[in-house]
Amino acid sequence: MMIIAEHLEQTYRSGDTALTVLRQVDLTVAPEEFVAVMGPSGSGKTTLLGLLAGLDTPTRGTVRLDGHDLNRLSEDARARLRAEKVGFVFQTFQLIPTLTALENVLVPIELRGAAGPAALHRARELLDRVGLAARMDHYPAQLSGGEQQRVGLARAFAGEPRVLFADEPTGSLDAETGATVIDLLVALNRDARTTLMLVTHDPALARRARRVIRLAAGAIVSDTPADTA
Amino acid sequence: MSGRFALVMAWRESRGNRRRLMLTVTAVSLGVAALVAINSFSADVTASVRSQARSLLGADVELRSRAPFPDSVAAVLDSMSRAGVAVARVTSFASMVLAPRTGVTRLFEIRAVDGGFPFYGAVTTAPPGRWAELATRRGVLVDTAVLVHLDARVGDTVTIGEARFEIAGVVTSSPGEVGLRAALGPRVFLPARYLPDTRLLRFGSLARYRAYLRLPDDAAVQRFLNQHNALFERHRIGRDTAAEREDDLADALGRLARYLGLVGLAALLLGGLGVASAIRVFVRDRIDAAATLRCLGAATRVVFGIYLAQAVALGLAGATLGAALGIAVQALLPLVLRDLLPVDVAMTVHWPAVLTGLAIGTGIAALFALLPLLDLRRVPPLRALRRDFDADPRRRDPLRVGVYAVLAAALVALAMWQAPSRGIGAGFAAAVALTTAILWLIATGLVRATRRWFPTRARYVVRQGIANLFRPQNQTVPVVLAIGFGVFLIATLYVVQRSLLDQLAVDARPDRPNLVLFDIQVDQREGVAALVADRLTAAPSLTPLVPARIAAINGRVVDSILADTTGRGPSRWALRREYRNTYRDTLVASEQLVAGAWWHGVQTRGEPWRVSVEQDLAAELGIGVGDAIRWNVQGVPVDTRVASLRRVDWARFEPNFFVVFEPGVLEAAPQTFVLLARAEDPGRRAELQRDVVVAYPNVSVLDLTDVQRTLDRVLGQVALAIRFMALFSVGSGLVILIGALRASRLQRLREAALLKTLGARGRQIRDILLTEYLTWGSLAALTGVALATLASWMLARWVFEIAVRIPVLGLAGIWGAVCLLTVAVGLGTGREVLRATPLRTLRELSE
Ligand SMILES: Nc1ncnc2c1ncn2[C@@H]1O[C@H](COP(=O)(O)OP(=O)(O)O)[C@@H](O)[C@H]1O
Ligand SMILES: [Mg+2]
Repeated sequence: MMIIAEHLEQTYRSGDTALTVLRQVDLTVAPEEFVAVMGPSGSGKTTLLGLLAGLDTPTRGTVRLDGHDLNRLSEDARARLRAEKVGFVFQTFQLIPTLTALENVLVPIELRGAAGPAALHRARELLDRVGLAARMDHYPAQLSGGEQQRVGLARAFAGEPRVLFADEPTGSLDAETGATVIDLLVALNRDARTTLMLVTHDPALARRARRVIRLAAGAIVSDTPADTA
Repeated sequence: MSGRFALVMAWRESRGNRRRLMLTVTAVSLGVAALVAINSFSADVTASVRSQARSLLGADVELRSRAPFPDSVAAVLDSMSRAGVAVARVTSFASMVLAPRTGVTRLFEIRAVDGGFPFYGAVTTAPPGRWAELATRRGVLVDTAVLVHLDARVGDTVTIGEARFEIAGVVTSSPGEVGLRAALGPRVFLPARYLPDTRLLRFGSLARYRAYLRLPDDAAVQRFLNQHNALFERHRIGRDTAAEREDDLADALGRLARYLGLVGLAALLLGGLGVASAIRVFVRDRIDAAATLRCLGAATRVVFGIYLAQAVALGLAGATLGAALGIAVQALLPLVLRDLLPVDVAMTVHWPAVLTGLAIGTGIAALFALLPLLDLRRVPPLRALRRDFDADPRRRDPLRVGVYAVLAAALVALAMWQAPSRGIGAGFAAAVALTTAILWLIATGLVRATRRWFPTRARYVVRQGIANLFRPQNQTVPVVLAIGFGVFLIATLYVVQRSLLDQLAVDARPDRPNLVLFDIQVDQREGVAALVADRLTAAPSLTPLVPARIAAINGRVVDSILADTTGRGPSRWALRREYRNTYRDTLVASEQLVAGAWWHGVQTRGEPWRVSVEQDLAAELGIGVGDAIRWNVQGVPVDTRVASLRRVDWARFEPNFFVVFEPGVLEAAPQTFVLLARAEDPGRRAELQRDVVVAYPNVSVLDLTDVQRTLDRVLGQVALAIRFMALFSVGSGLVILIGALRASRLQRLREAALLKTLGARGRQIRDILLTEYLTWGSLAALTGVALATLASWMLARWVFEIAVRIPVLGLAGIWGAVCLLTVAVGLGTGREVLRATPLRTLRELSE
């Protein structure tokens, strides 16, 4: 299994009040599976993604990511694991403003210390793939939202991750641009055979997944194959 | 009611930002603190001088002369004394003092004192009361430094000339004296009645003769001076009154304070720049809010008012903080300047100084804030709907030009108000403008160069760190400029001080003498030379000194030249002083001919003798090559003609002369000799001094390494005072740095979180930050050091007229310190960034 989450529970405490955001989440995701996560705003989707990627530690429960028990890893070790196996696509693109498109794509590779001509070639190829061959040396501020997210896609695949987490990747885009981005995401994912976990509000997009998980108030309310969703 | 609305909105709008903005305004605080402190302190000092005026001089009138008072003057003093006026005489000169118990000998100033001087203020001694006992006891009192140098203690016997005295005690303080004085030229106080026993005052001895009088009131002082004015003029007797001394001192200290105040003003202006760059960031954050307000119907004026009110309030807050800090610093200043102050300074809070500081601080903050605030007037309401809709940047804002003009006017006005004179004020304003312009050029140049020659092949963290300097809304140039300015001040001070000391260094230069023997009489010269030659390997060189005065220039006698009151004539000082001339047939190393020709061969009989005059003196006297000077050499007239002009490097410890005669005429005149020698080993030098003083008690030996140490101390003291003020600029620079780091905090947090999400480890984040701060520090240090090098070169060349020596190692040290400081401050404020949780990236946290 790629991801195994058992009895996940996340409680945020601020002062005296405790807020349980996730409760009793059990989940397994097989390699190369494409899972869509849906649910109303505030239902805990982002929290779940964060825990699965080791961005935060759960109040209770365990996560195994590609065989590693995240609770047993230090923060730096989890970071190294992410650098090697995890890719991200964000709702707000999250490009580094001081780096060009090409440099942004190179970041995950460089963080692994694997920069070189081969990496450069791969980054160029990816940018070409998302249709930005002519914009490689542009800074994020010089790109439109859709273009920025396409750079985000290229960056997500640059490190050849085993798992890709995408949190509402079209949330900040208009429908048309969003559709292009999704087409690209699905295509890239198919080629790279990456495990994909995608949070979305868009039923049309969810339908492209093999499996849909629905969250409500921090708990999984349904987990079904896409066609029946 | 738009004014009220603006104020209320201003208050609400500032919520949540107050803390961050408060930091910005502390940039002005330091400058205000410096101004308030130095101006209050100046008022304190003036008040102290006024209240301690008479004890500054110790008497009501001082008469002084370089020769013993002539009989006519002595008769006047005697008659005053008979009429019941207290009269005291003080004779001072330099002499060797030997402590037989320890065998150490050294040159000190001897002060022969009588008649209950000082009349005002008390000399304190340890053990107490010894000053008064000098009237009855055969003993001397000494400055503490004398005991230290001689390795002696109270109760020991010392030999001065041909007499012996017991050290009766130590002078711990005497009125009207700068603390540094006793350490610089340590003195031995001797009852005047024993002066003849020493048999020291001989022909050619350099001595100063002073008489002090105590008179009932100012009217009596004026009457006395008026009555004898002609007599004093005739005999070249200088006069000074307690009132004049008070004014001079108040003026001098006032000037010192004003100069130091200029350094404080520089800190304030720097703070202004900091405010401008911080407000610029604030304005960018606020543009959306401003657009929304405009959409909702607020007039441009109101929107502008909302933010201007905040800026003024912040300026006031910063200035208030600064004024409070200034009062604390005021209490500290007497400690920093202790050794340079002749009076005890009592501290009081001077409200005018405090209020002026408040007004200036608030004004400067508001003015500098205005520049970025003007942008808010042009925010189009449409921006509220479409984010990317920006104001047309090409449209010129006439108000902006106005603000620049007001800023420039304020700078000039402030500088003139603070500077000792209008000219210096204008010069300072110009220098600030020029320095800022050059610093800005260097800073932008360096930043551009870094970007241009970006190390594309470096490790990722290095590249990312450097790229951070160019993040949107970066404040790299203002920060580099601000820290660079602090570095510039400190480094310039350092280089100039080093160059001055270097120039005077006798240790390091084997070709320069380090011992000077003077007051050698004609009949002693062979003996002394033999004694020195015996103990040192190198042959000593003897230089004759012939005292003489100018009798006439080009046929006009001095008195008639002086009587000419058109005011364009030669300077009184140059005409009336006693010259110590020499004669020789060659130029020496420290001299350079600038006009005329050096003499060769013997002068034809009957022609005037040839002399060479130092160029600045020639200018003072208004003479050139070919002019005639008649000298009065101990009563004998000698006619000379100026054959050449020389430039002299006075900064060397060598006997240099205003006037050099050709050989052949002065050999028979009364004269003394100076002998120069060099001994590397301090033990050797001590031994030589002892042997000379035992065999020739009237001959004085000056150890130049001591003189150098003394100069070191004086320069050190002055530099300390300036450096203290410069610290305020460094502080302002730091505040600006912290402000810039805080301004980019959110960006940094986001980026750190993102990088962690993408798999960056803590160490990688830290390395990125480290690179960024190191580059920042390096650029700032480089900017400051570059300008400092230029400035010290100019100062050395045109002000001090010495060779500049760039202390590369020291500057590298400054560089290192700045980098270290920047990194420390950066990492200090950046801990939060290092701890940023990766989850932040998924959740768009807003603050
Ligand atoms: N650090 C935190 N402290 C307290 N509550 C939090 C924190 N992070 C998230 N929450 C809360 O957890 C709930 C789930 O958030 P999230 O996972 O972002 O939901 P979703 O992504 O499904 O919209 C929300 O109610 C949110 O307010
Ligand atoms: Mg979410």
